[in-house]
Amino acid sequence: MDRLNRVPLWALALLVVGAIALVLAGIATLGTDALPERTGPPIEDIQVERTEFTPGEIDLTVRNAGPDPVAVSQVTVNNGFANFTGPEGEIGRLETGHLNIRYPWIEDSPYLIGLLTSTGLVVEHQIDAAVETPEADGDFFATMALIGLYVGVIPVTLGMLALPVLRRGGRRWTAALIAFTVGLLGFLAVDGTLEALELSAAGSGVFGGDSLVILCALLAFLALSGIDSWLKGRRSRSEASGASAWQLALMVAIGIGLHNFGEGLAIGSAYSVGELALGTFLIIGFAVHNTTEGLAIVAPLSEEEPRIPRLLGLGLIAGGPAVAGALIGGSVTSDEVAAGLIGIGVGAIAQVIVQLVPSMKDGAGRILNPVTSVGIAAGALALYLTGLLVTA
Amino acid sequence: MKSSRRSPRKPLTRRSLLCRLGLTAAAGTGAASVLGVNPALAELTAEHTGHEAGMAAAGEGGAPAAAMGAMHAGGHSGATFRSGEGVDPAVNGFDPSELLRDFDWGRTSRMADGRTLREWDLNAIEKEIEVAPGVRYPAWTYNGRIPGPTLRCNEGDRLRIHFGNGSMHPHTVHFHGIHPASMDGVPGIGAGLIPPGGRTTYEFDAEPFGLHLFHCHVSPLAEHIARGMYGTLIIDPARGRREADEMVMVMAGYNTTLDGEGNQLYFVNGIPFHYMYEPIKVRQDELVRIYLTNLLEYDLLNSFHLHANFFDYYPTGTRLEPGEFTDTISQVQGQRGILEVKFPFKGKYMFHAHQSEFAELGWMGFFEVV
Repeated sequence: MDRLNRVPLWALALLVVGAIALVLAGIATLGTDALPERTGPPIEDIQVERTEFTPGEIDLTVRNAGPDPVAVSQVTVNNGFANFTGPEGEIGRLETGHLNIRYPWIEDSPYLIGLLTSTGLVVEHQIDAAVETPEADGDFFATMALIGLYVGVIPVTLGMLALPVLRRGGRRWTAALIAFTVGLLGFLAVDGTLEALELSAAGSGVFGGDSLVILCALLAFLALSGIDSWLKGRRSRSEASGASAWQLALMVAIGIGLHNFGEGLAIGSAYSVGELALGTFLIIGFAVHNTTEGLAIVAPLSEEEPRIPRLLGLGLIAGGPAVAGALIGGSVTSDEVAAGLIGIGVGAIAQVIVQLVPSMKDGAGRILNPVTSVGIAAGALALYLTGLLVTA
Repeated sequence: MKSSRRSPRKPLTRRSLLCRLGLTAAAGTGAASVLGVNPALAELTAEHTGHEAGMAAAGEGGAPAAAMGAMHAGGHSGATFRSGEGVDPAVNGFDPSELLRDFDWGRTSRMADGRTLREWDLNAIEKEIEVAPGVRYPAWTYNGRIPGPTLRCNEGDRLRIHFGNGSMHPHTVHFHGIHPASMDGVPGIGAGLIPPGGRTTYEFDAEPFGLHLFHCHVSPLAEHIARGMYGTLIIDPARGRREADEMVMVMAGYNTTLDGEGNQLYFVNGIPFHYMYEPIKVRQDELVRIYLTNLLEYDLLNSFHLHANFFDYYPTGTRLEPGEFTDTISQVQGQRGILEVKFPFKGKYMFHAHQSEFAELGWMGFFEVV
C-alpha cells in the first residue's frame, strides 16, 4: 500500500484509463464477431434542415439523422421528377448534403418535395408556401439589426424610464416590484420551455432533442450561478457588503437578454422564409411586451442612484441579443440548435429567479406574502396580456 | 407519388413556430416605410414571381438542355430523372428498347391432329432491378424481366407453358383466355400454388384471338402483380393482320416503398422515362401496331395519349374492326387493346399517360419518326 502511495497520482489515473481502453478494444475486436449484426432493412432518416428558394431553383440542406448511410437518388417536386444536383454517393450518419433542384416554382404555392432513396424509400418535405429567400447581403443585415433594435433594445430601455417613479415609491414598493419581475420571468421560463420542446420535437432529434434543451438550460443555470458567486466573492473582499442591487439587475438583464435572443431568432428565421408579416402593430406589440422587461431590470435598483451609462449598458445587455438573434435566425439551419439556444435562455431565467426570490422576503421572512403574491401574478399577467397584443 | 414507408415526423414549419409567437397575423404593408424599414424589405415582401425567374433559369440552362434533348433541362422543360439520365439497361439485363419488339413464338412442333404445339419456359425469378438511376427495387419477375416475355401464337394453336418457381415465395401463372379451370393458375384449383422449387405445366388452346395477358394470382394479389409478375399473350387471328411495325407496351408502376399505398414510379415496359431518353424509332407512313396492356396496381386507371396523331383502337383486339379513332384511351387493370397508327410527318412525338402525374413520375416517352 505504501508503495502504491508513492506512485504519482497522474500515473495511477493513466493506468486506470489504459486498462479501460484495453478492455473496450478487446470487446470491440472479439465482440463484433460473436454478436449478430442488426437484422432488418437499413434505417433511413433524412431531415430537411433548410430550404432556400431562388428563381427557378430550390435548395435543400438535408441531414442524415438515422443510423445508416443514405443515398438520395431521385427527387420529386409536387409528384413529378425533377432534375437536381446533389451528393453523388451516400450521406453518412449525421452528415449533411446539399441538393440543388431545378424547378419553376411559383410564389406563395405549397410544395411537397419527395426524396427517393436508393432503397426506394420516400422522405417527404412539405413547404407551406414558397417565398424567395432573401439574400444575406448588407440590406438584409441592416433590416435585421433594425428589427432587433425595435423589438429589443428600445423597449427595454423605455421600460427603465420607470426608475424615477420606482424611487419615489420607496422601500415598500421594492418587494412588490421584485415579485412582479419574478412573475414575469416565470412566465418567460414556462413559455420558453414549451417553445423549445416544440421545436426540438419538430427537429431530427439527432442531437438529443428534448434532452439537449434540458442540458442547455441546466448548463446555462450552472454557468450563471458560478459567475454570480464568483462576482460576489470578489466584491465581498473589497466592500464586504450584501447583495448588490446592480449585480442583481445585471443578472436579470442577462436572463432577459438570452430570452430576447430566442425571440430575435424566431423573427429572423421567419423573415428569411418569408413568413414574417412586418407591420406597425407587430413592432408596437413587441415593444409593449418588452417594455415590461425593462421594468423588471430596474426593479432591484429602486434604492440606487440612477447612473445613466450603466442603465444603458443593462438595456443593451437585455435588448441587444434580439439583434444578434435576428441576424443568426436567418442562418440557423437546425431546429434542434434553435431549441437548444432557447433552452439556454430558460436556464438563465431560472437562475435569475433564484437570485431574486430572497429579496422578496418581508420582515417576518415570508416570501409569498400578500404583496409579493399580487406582484408575481401581476408580472405573469402583464406578459400574458401584452403577449396577446402580439398575437392579435 | 404517394406516401412513405414510415410516416415521417410532423414536419416543422417556421409558420407553426411563428403562429406560436403570433408573428404572422399582424400585417400592414405601409408599416415598413412608416417605421423607416429599409425599402428593400418592402420590395421583398411585395408580390414577385418565381415563375418568370424560373423561365430565366431555364434559359440559362439552355445550352446543356439542347445537347441532352429538350426535356432534360428540368424545370419548365419537363420532368426528368437526375441530370437527365435514364437507367443503363446493362444493369438490369433487359432493355426496354429491345423487348418492345421481342415476340416469343415458342418452340413449335406438329401435333398428331396437325395443329401447332407451342411450348415456353416461364420461371419465377426474384431480381433486384434498378428502376430509376440509383434506386434498387426487389422485383419478382417472369424470366428476369419486367414485363415478362411476350408470348405469341396463332388462333387454335395448342399452348404449353412450363412454369418453374425459382423464387422464395409461392407463385402461379394465370392466363386470360378461354381454358379449363384446372389450367387457370389460381390457388386451390388444378396445380394450385406452385411452391418455391416447384414446377407445373399449363396447357390450353389459344382462344379467342386478340391481345391477352398473364400474371401471378397468389395472395396478396396486389403485391404479386405490383412486384412485376406479368406479361403479354398475343393470339393472332387465323386470317392474320396487316403487315406492320409491331410493338408491345405494358403499362405499370413501382411501389418502391412497398407500403401498398400507391406508386412512386410509372412506366411502359419496365423502366420509367426510358423512351424519353431512347425514343422509339418508326418510319414515316409505315403502319405501326401497338399491343397495349395495363397492369398498373394501386391506381384505378391508366391511359395512353399520342401527340399530334390519331390511331385506330381495337379493344382487347378481339374484333378486326376498330372500335374508335382517337388519340387518347383509358384502361383499368387487365384491360388492353391494339392501336394502329401511321405517322405522316417526321419528327419527335410524345406519348404518355394523360394522367399528368403518372407522366411526370415516369410514364412518358417519344416516337421518333424517320
